[in-house]
Amino acid sequence: MSNWETVIGLEVHVQLATHSKIFSASSTAFGAEANSQANAIDLAMPGTLPVLNRAAVEYAVMFGLAIDAEIGMTSVFERKNYFYPDLPKGYQTTQLDKPIVGPGRVEIELADGSKKSIRIHHAHLEEDAGKSLHEDFHGMSGIDLNRAGTPLIEIVSEPDMRSAEEAVAFARKLHSIVTSIGICDGKMAQGSMRFDVNISVRPRGSDTLGTRTETKNLNSFKFMHEAIALEVERQIDLLEEGGRVVQETRLYNGDSKVARSMRSKEEANDYRYFPCPDLLPVVLSEETLARLRSALPELPDARIARLAEQFSLSGYDAAQIGGDRATSDYFERVAASADAKLAANWINGELSAQLNSAELTIEQSPIAAEQLAALLQRISDNTLSSKMAREVFNALWQGERDVDAIIDQRGLRQVSDSGALSAMVAAVLADNSAMVADYLGTPAEKRKKKLGGFMGKIMQASKGQANPQQVNQILLEQLQALEG
Amino acid sequence: MDLAQLQKLATLSRLNIAPDQCDALAAELDNVLQLVDQLQAADTAGIEPMAHPLAISQPLRSDRAEAEADRSAFQAIAPAVDAGLYLVPKVIEE
Repeated sequence: MSNWETVIGLEVHVQLATHSKIFSASSTAFGAEANSQANAIDLAMPGTLPVLNRAAVEYAVMFGLAIDAEIGMTSVFERKNYFYPDLPKGYQTTQLDKPIVGPGRVEIELADGSKKSIRIHHAHLEEDAGKSLHEDFHGMSGIDLNRAGTPLIEIVSEPDMRSAEEAVAFARKLHSIVTSIGICDGKMAQGSMRFDVNISVRPRGSDTLGTRTETKNLNSFKFMHEAIALEVERQIDLLEEGGRVVQETRLYNGDSKVARSMRSKEEANDYRYFPCPDLLPVVLSEETLARLRSALPELPDARIARLAEQFSLSGYDAAQIGGDRATSDYFERVAASADAKLAANWINGELSAQLNSAELTIEQSPIAAEQLAALLQRISDNTLSSKMAREVFNALWQGERDVDAIIDQRGLRQVSDSGALSAMVAAVLADNSAMVADYLGTPAEKRKKKLGGFMGKIMQASKGQANPQQVNQILLEQLQALEG
Repeated sequence: MDLAQLQKLATLSRLNIAPDQCDALAAELDNVLQLVDQLQAADTAGIEPMAHPLAISQPLRSDRAEAEADRSAFQAIAPAVDAGLYLVPKVIEE
């Protein structure tokens, strides 16, 4: 075990899944033509004033309720002043002293199954900035303000994590919560969730914090893990060589696996916050709070527990499925008319593998829940062997629709008629007397691997349609009879 | 307010202040700060901080997106545009 202890805190930017921006009615849809979603307010034209989006406020409150946090019944917007071309107003409208979500906690599960509670310092509402493009403009930078004004909550944790694994587990848990309650689409590649990681190390046993660095703007769990491992190593090397860590902002490049310091000017942190005179304090009523609380969808932990209980799933299966809202919705539709254990196996196995390699979400699955259920029914009633089921699955994936039609067209019915199977086995044994003699001459404890040869020939004779479990049993019986 | 403070403020505000204006400006800002000092002298012990002088709260609007912005109208008054982007002097961080 290392002599050093890692201390990690996270700041997480979550884009809220509203239709319009936080202070203007511009659309927040991703991928639109540059600046087609930037109106006079987003461009900070003189004379424009912000009007706050109710959905943004309510989504922030829903997050607070989901993590059992104190809710700021009166919250205040402030101006964070700095100049950057993707911030036309010259300030970011954000919250500081009176955020909408106060202290709360998020429970994570570690690899060994133990649980750990991560404290949330607060979460506040703010607006996103635009995007700067630095290439290809003849020495100029190009500015796209479509993202400017997209509502965000920034979730700030306490420095409660002690390893990259814990930090990633925490990040995944936040992703699961915000997508489960529907306040964020969770699309990391589109920047819907971005992580800033504060990292420091200290001698094990010390209770003072070391100097920290902040690695900004990580947008995948993989990069986050890599960036933390790299930075921890860098800091420990530095300290062991007698150097010291300088407080700084760093950037990690996930492609080159290299991090670098972002040299910031001395004054950079002087944001001169003050309450935004264009916005009044946001006051929540008890009625609003009660309405949002009662409308809060089932949270991931509760859903995992319910799935395990209601469908007798293993802890692993329940966590894999219940941690993601879309996956658990899909699972419940399949399990409504098919065996739940089988459904969990296929969703976590074949389906999730295919979706991953095609880079699709389960909501984009070419196989509808009802089709998968129909397929699983044909496994349960022994029409299909698992090998045949995979063939039907592939046909469904390619766009064929009807499970029974696929089975009929391809002659995929499994033969489970024991009379027919017995005859088939007997014929194969009769045709392969040398193999039979070899088998019978082999000591009992080594016979098992000889069975494969017979199985192969029988499956071949049946064109792959014999029920393998039944064949296996019949084969053993017939070989035993020959022995006597 | 000394000249170093004034210079820092000017940098933060992206203002270019001519050297011969510095003394006069520092004196003016000193007057403003004295006014603030006067306000600071008021006894506010036990009084809840106020974020806004009006005793009303923020009205909220429904989350409805409007049609696309009229980009060409906005870009007609921009100094430089290309491919729908606003062009600005290069700002990439070192």
